[in-house]
Amino acid sequence: MAEFCMPSLGADMKAATLIEWKVKPGDFIKRGDIIAVVEADKGIIEIEVFEEGVVDKIIVPEGKNVPVGTVLAIISSMKEPSETKEEKIVEGQVIEKKETALKLEPEKVLVQEKPVPPLPEVLEGKKHFKVSPLARKLAEELNIDVSTIQGSGADGIINRADVEKAAKERELKKKIPVTEKAKMPKEVEYQAGMRRAIAAAMSRSNRDIPHYYLETRIDMTRALQWLEAENQKRSIKERLLPAVLLLKAVARALKDVPGLNGYWIDERHQMKDEIHIGFAISLRQGGLVVPAIHNVDKKSIDELMAAMSDLIARTRAGRLRSSEMTDATVTVTSLGDLGVETVYGVIYPPQVALVGFGRISEMPWAENGMLGIRRILSATLAADHRATDGNRGAQFLGSMKRYLQEVSML
Amino acid sequence: MNGKTRETVKTTYRDAIREAIREAMRRDERVFLMGEDVGRYGGCFAVSKGLLEEFGPERIRDTPLSESTFVGAGIGAALGGMRPIVEIMTVNFSLLAADQILNTAATYLHMSGGLFNVPLVIRMATGGGKQLAAQHSHSLEGWYAHIPGIKVLTPATLEDARGMLWTALADPDPVLIFENSTLYNREGELSVDAGAVDIDHARICRQGNDITIITYGASLYKVLDAADILEKSGISAEVIDLRTLRPLDDAAYLSSVAKTHRALIVDEGWRSGSISAEVSARIMEGVFYELDCPVERICTAEVPMPYASHLEQAALPQTETIVTTVKRMVRKNG
Repeated sequence: MAEFCMPSLGADMKAATLIEWKVKPGDFIKRGDIIAVVEADKGIIEIEVFEEGVVDKIIVPEGKNVPVGTVLAIISSMKEPSETKEEKIVEGQVIEKKETALKLEPEKVLVQEKPVPPLPEVLEGKKHFKVSPLARKLAEELNIDVSTIQGSGADGIINRADVEKAAKERELKKKIPVTEKAKMPKEVEYQAGMRRAIAAAMSRSNRDIPHYYLETRIDMTRALQWLEAENQKRSIKERLLPAVLLLKAVARALKDVPGLNGYWIDERHQMKDEIHIGFAISLRQGGLVVPAIHNVDKKSIDELMAAMSDLIARTRAGRLRSSEMTDATVTVTSLGDLGVETVYGVIYPPQVALVGFGRISEMPWAENGMLGIRRILSATLAADHRATDGNRGAQFLGSMKRYLQEVSML
Repeated sequence: MNGKTRETVKTTYRDAIREAIREAMRRDERVFLMGEDVGRYGGCFAVSKGLLEEFGPERIRDTPLSESTFVGAGIGAALGGMRPIVEIMTVNFSLLAADQILNTAATYLHMSGGLFNVPLVIRMATGGGKQLAAQHSHSLEGWYAHIPGIKVLTPATLEDARGMLWTALADPDPVLIFENSTLYNREGELSVDAGAVDIDHARICRQGNDITIITYGASLYKVLDAADILEKSGISAEVIDLRTLRPLDDAAYLSSVAKTHRALIVDEGWRSGSISAEVSARIMEGVFYELDCPVERICTAEVPMPYASHLEQAALPQTETIVTTVKRMVRKNG
């Protein structure tokens, strides 16, 4: 038995509306399946499941707005209890041995990976809450789920003031639709929500993260020549965008300088092995979404291009998946299309770095005593000085630059 | 209390007690005072100075240095129809009479099947702060509050110093009055018509909303000073003077904590097994679901009271500690 809960789709998400169930009781589901669609401040998001089993019971009906952590459905496991236990024991031991001994298919081994961890805020939320007796009583009276509240007392204890604040915020949220929803087109309302989400994350970043910035200029001439030659061989549909090379170079450089890939949580630097690049996509109606492209380092150029096209299309259509919203380990933002020379980014917490790309423009460029016209890209790194120092940042930019000189290495 | 202005007179805690004894002696001829050095010497804290001259050696009686003897004699006198006021120099010495107080005075009504009550009043000095060292400076009133069958009063104000004695004498059972020795010189205005006060209720000395500070005796003034300082930081503290440690006026502090949702107890006694522990437990029992943070206590350090002034002050509860503790508990603005 497992509880399928409303996930946190970002540090500042408190609640979301379940708008559609993609499954019904009795349906078999496996890890990665999209089983529900929710609408949060960030937009419409498809929620994946990390369990394998059968949908036992749907608890929250469509159309209902519920706080993060609310149980949405119950999933019962297909496996025999003993089997589950055995696998658990094996987990963490030598996997190769198990593969041969139990003849597990690679897929099954994959299933054993820990589910993608939700954002730290959610993990904290799952802990035993310390709530003052008065706050607990008040929360019950006001029908507020204490798991959605951040405690302000010593050690994060939730006290009366926190519950009252939560109640006030809820009232405020209720009031806006009542008084303004009628006048406000849905689009505007959605935008307001997104703005609030961006505002919260960026305020937190600006408040908490001591940024440092490094900038370099990269001669993209050879890389683009390679790309143009490559694209001539391809159909229009299969053509590659320069962004693919940039993403790939970022991933490679992060492998060389892993300190920039990960999080800063609880006063601790947590580096990540997986490289999930959050790719800033602006929406036509305004606003910004930063979904993640998973395992960029492991994808081929073609796979990456496909992933990117798919992601952009789904983002603009407002159909993102929950994991894409939560597990980016670094962010890339590219504003070159709009003529921007240099990007000075604001890190998306709890990440520790953001890579910015400006416009690729033709410039007079001196090299080996010769002046020529080259296509030059301005690349910047905004990094969290708590996690890394300028030296690491410089190594990263240097490494990225090298990869972009030798695109065949990508 | 009411709109009419009362005529007041400047007096001290010591004089207020003396005036209370004098009034009782005048009103009721059964009342007499006995204890070590209460007559010719005028009392070790000079409370009974001049009373021997006024009332004569029959009613102001010097006793041998034997607490057990003269407390026992007081019990006998009370049983015989008198209304004795027995003075013990300090609470530390009262332990020599603990057998008389606990085994006799407190139990007599029960042991006699309700036939004999003991209308005895025992006064004694308590508390530290006057460099009288470890055998004269402890606060053991909390211990006495453990005993059923007696009442334990801790007057902190001039009004209570003046008014509690008569009410105690009127009580049919033994009453212990603990006078904090640092209060004797405390000056203030007292109404000229001040008289008997009730001994059943705690008093709210200052209204507040953010926290209830419960205290008694000399600590009351440290708490009131702390409340003044806290007000400047925007913290409104409600201050309760327990006045009587047995029986405790539960309703007074429980309703206050139910309003402020936080409680701090300041007690000059040692922390372990103290009256502050009792009050804390009752808050937990009575208004647990009103608490927004754990009950806290500030007590005297668990050491024999040091002689050196700076160490003695370090051992006692102090205003600054109260201020910082309350600020931490209230944590305004998160």
